Amino acid sequence: MKTYLIPEYLVDRDKERCIRCKVCVNQCTYETHSYDREEDVICSKDENCVNCQRCVTLCPTHAITIRKNPNVNRENSNWTYEVIRDLKKQAESGGVILTGMGCDKPHFTYWDRLVLNASQVTNPSIDPLREPMEIRTFLGAKPDELIIEQENGAMVLKTELAPQLCLDTPIMFSAMSYGAISLNVHEALARAATECGTYFNSGEGGLDKSLYKYSAHAIVQVASGRFGVHPKYLDNSAAIEIKIGQGAKPGIGGHLPGEKVTEDIARTRMIPTGTDALSPAPQHDIYSIEDLRQLIYALKEATNYSKPVSVKIAAVHNVAAIASGMVRAGADIIAIDGIRGATGAAPKVIRDNVGIPIELAVAQVDQRLRDEGIRNKASLIAAGGIRSSSDIVKAIALGADAVYIATAALVAIGCTVCQRCYTGKCPWGIATSDPWISKRINPNIAAERLVNLLRGWSLEITDIMGGMGINAIESLRGNRLALRGVGLTDNELKILGVKAAGE
Amino acid sequence: MKTRTPTKTNNLYNDDKDFDGCSIFGMMNLEGKRFSSRDPVRAIANMHDRGNGLGGGFAIYGVYPAFKDYYAFHILYLGREAKDRTDRTLAAAFNIIYDEEMQTQPANVKDPPLVWRYFVQPKKRQLGSNTEDDYVAKKVMRINTETGKAFVFSSGKNMGVFKGLGYPEDIADFFCLEDYQGYLWTVHGRFPTNTPGWWGGAHPFNILDWTVVHNGELSSYGINKRYLEMYGYKCTMQTDTEVLAYAVDLLMRRQHLPIDLVANILAAPLWSEIDTMAPEKQTLHKVLRQTYGSLLMNGPFSIILAHHGEMIGLTDRIKLRPLVAGTRGDFLYLSSEEAAMRLVSPILDRFWYPRGGEPVVGRLHIKSTSVAPVNAET
Repeated sequence: MKTYLIPEYLVDRDKERCIRCKVCVNQCTYETHSYDREEDVICSKDENCVNCQRCVTLCPTHAITIRKNPNVNRENSNWTYEVIRDLKKQAESGGVILTGMGCDKPHFTYWDRLVLNASQVTNPSIDPLREPMEIRTFLGAKPDELIIEQENGAMVLKTELAPQLCLDTPIMFSAMSYGAISLNVHEALARAATECGTYFNSGEGGLDKSLYKYSAHAIVQVASGRFGVHPKYLDNSAAIEIKIGQGAKPGIGGHLPGEKVTEDIARTRMIPTGTDALSPAPQHDIYSIEDLRQLIYALKEATNYSKPVSVKIAAVHNVAAIASGMVRAGADIIAIDGIRGATGAAPKVIRDNVGIPIELAVAQVDQRLRDEGIRNKASLIAAGGIRSSSDIVKAIALGADAVYIATAALVAIGCTVCQRCYTGKCPWGIATSDPWISKRINPNIAAERLVNLLRGWSLEITDIMGGMGINAIESLRGNRLALRGVGLTDNELKILGVKAAGE
Repeated sequence: MKTRTPTKTNNLYNDDKDFDGCSIFGMMNLEGKRFSSRDPVRAIANMHDRGNGLGGGFAIYGVYPAFKDYYAFHILYLGREAKDRTDRTLAAAFNIIYDEEMQTQPANVKDPPLVWRYFVQPKKRQLGSNTEDDYVAKKVMRINTETGKAFVFSSGKNMGVFKGLGYPEDIADFFCLEDYQGYLWTVHGRFPTNTPGWWGGAHPFNILDWTVVHNGELSSYGINKRYLEMYGYKCTMQTDTEVLAYAVDLLMRRQHLPIDLVANILAAPLWSEIDTMAPEKQTLHKVLRQTYGSLLMNGPFSIILAHHGEMIGLTDRIKLRPLVAGTRGDFLYLSSEEAAMRLVSPILDRFWYPRGGEPVVGRLHIKSTSVAPVNAET
């Protein structure tokens, strides 16, 4: 069948600049570029190009420009270029349209409609370069009150706190499984988390034994496929996370195709090499809230109540009520992944339509838990579409204790959000299990870039806090007076629990 | 008729909270000997320029020895009908031992409301499982939100708050404070920026026998308030001071934490300090911050807290508002400015600048018979 799809991007090559070094030919995993030996010229197959910018970035003479193909259909607000393209794709394939990364539509982002406060006259702002600024954060259940007795003039603490995670900065790396991303990326995340005093998350594909040395900074996932879950895996962690849902694909399972299941990945996942790794949509031992409680306590028993148990869900319509149930079921940490959360592979129709924005979910969960007097019984992590330090400050002011980042971390090590992770051919060596392509990520350099990102963001967070006259992050957490909304409806403001700007 | 809630009256423009600058002064006789208004009034008048005439007030401990077993309510009314309604509420909940219109005289104050004084005793049958203090606190919250025109601004035993709209020295005049004596006085002169000021919004702020006078603006107000709401407090006044008072009530009265630790919650030590403490102390302070982080009072404040038998001065942990302390004989002084203290006691045995977050605690040496026990509920 002849395809009616025209190339999305065109590759322009400046013939005068091109020195035929063939970097682009070697780097493009989609075989866009080829070298014609007879003519001594490099040619391009535009239809293969995904605009990942790998060749553009590495071309030593900057000879390449990738352009959006100007040949688009007549403008139409309903039958957009994207709609028409998807229709044609499906007419030719008869399948589900897959995509990678998070929802790319603009209409779900509230961060950009929230602005922050600063001190003027009536109280002083604080200079973070000269005064202490504290962003250390603890995740885990906190008691309603402390029992402290005076014995022989000394204060003796009688309350024992549940196990806690200590974060030097309120930013953690979100779950990305080994298999979806390469071992080198896993290792870079683990090293960076260790260096920055925070945590990385194994995702649902297990943890390679070579990374056990980073276990003090590992959150290990127990997901519906139970891949790689065994006693040593649970022991080699700082916390355990039960994955119920993912913001990019609420209610949907996962599928790592057999061709990606190399020998190493198979060993870590505890499945035969080359077989499909299917994560069922639900956890088949959790059909209701009391089942969740059983799994939480099974994991706590298995680890002798030595580490917090987190439960991760996608932000969906009744998220506040669900979260309340999770806290009552014994979750020490609740991670909520909003509609803009990313994925290695998801049906596009699910990614772009199911779930709710994280801003609204965090605001509602925090308020509900307070209304019920149980906010201190669990910590709250916001995930899904966190792009900057200001997003983090806003998430914390809405009520989150910390955030998970994933896309931002991958961008730091090369990702350009081309949304083709599901192909397994990531030219940046990130979302791939191909050993040849994976080598493009050097764990040392990638870890350094991640550490730099967290350091930069942490400095920006303290800058913003100092401006507000706040020198400890606990005074920002849930402090919605730090926020104002711009261009939001009364109802949206009410849901967010913030006033309008100028009010 | 449209009712005006205390919130609306106090915060006309629905700002996040009211913004204040202020002067504070505290004076306590550690032997429990009562003294007159002369020195407290002179001291606060000396800091006249730290206020703007939109609020002044006094808390006096040991002021009603003849009625020391009864809760003394000072209630201001913005209308006669509010008094009728409140009188019914009071009569249903309490045995009213004695009540009268507050003694006042013409003075340089603005729009004085009707102020009434009651000595009451909770009706035993209605206490249920509540302690007397809890019962009284609940009733006070109820009266303060019920009509919007009645406001209980003093509710402890053998102590009283006298406050209103004017400079503190004029408020002293108005309430004839020269006729009262107490062993512990705290005083406040107010400089609000965003409220026209009203009688109930002046300091000291009170619940049961706890009072707070406060200078500052809490940057953490938003979360302090939301945390306290989880424990049933309604922040009707939208002032930082109210939040401080409720935090102290929660931690000291309800959760029985000692003042030293409460100071370490409100003005927590830095992590860099905690990290270098001895192991047991480190664990204690770490757990305090983990548990009560939402009650850290961030941003500038200096406060004088008082209840029977104790006066406590405290500033924020990086001391963004002033507080000086001094002793002379049996007297402990706390003040925004040294000059005010030197005015009433030119010679001091000891004078010092408390460090940020370090509480100054004055305790009665002996429990004088004229003074109620330190823990009124026990």
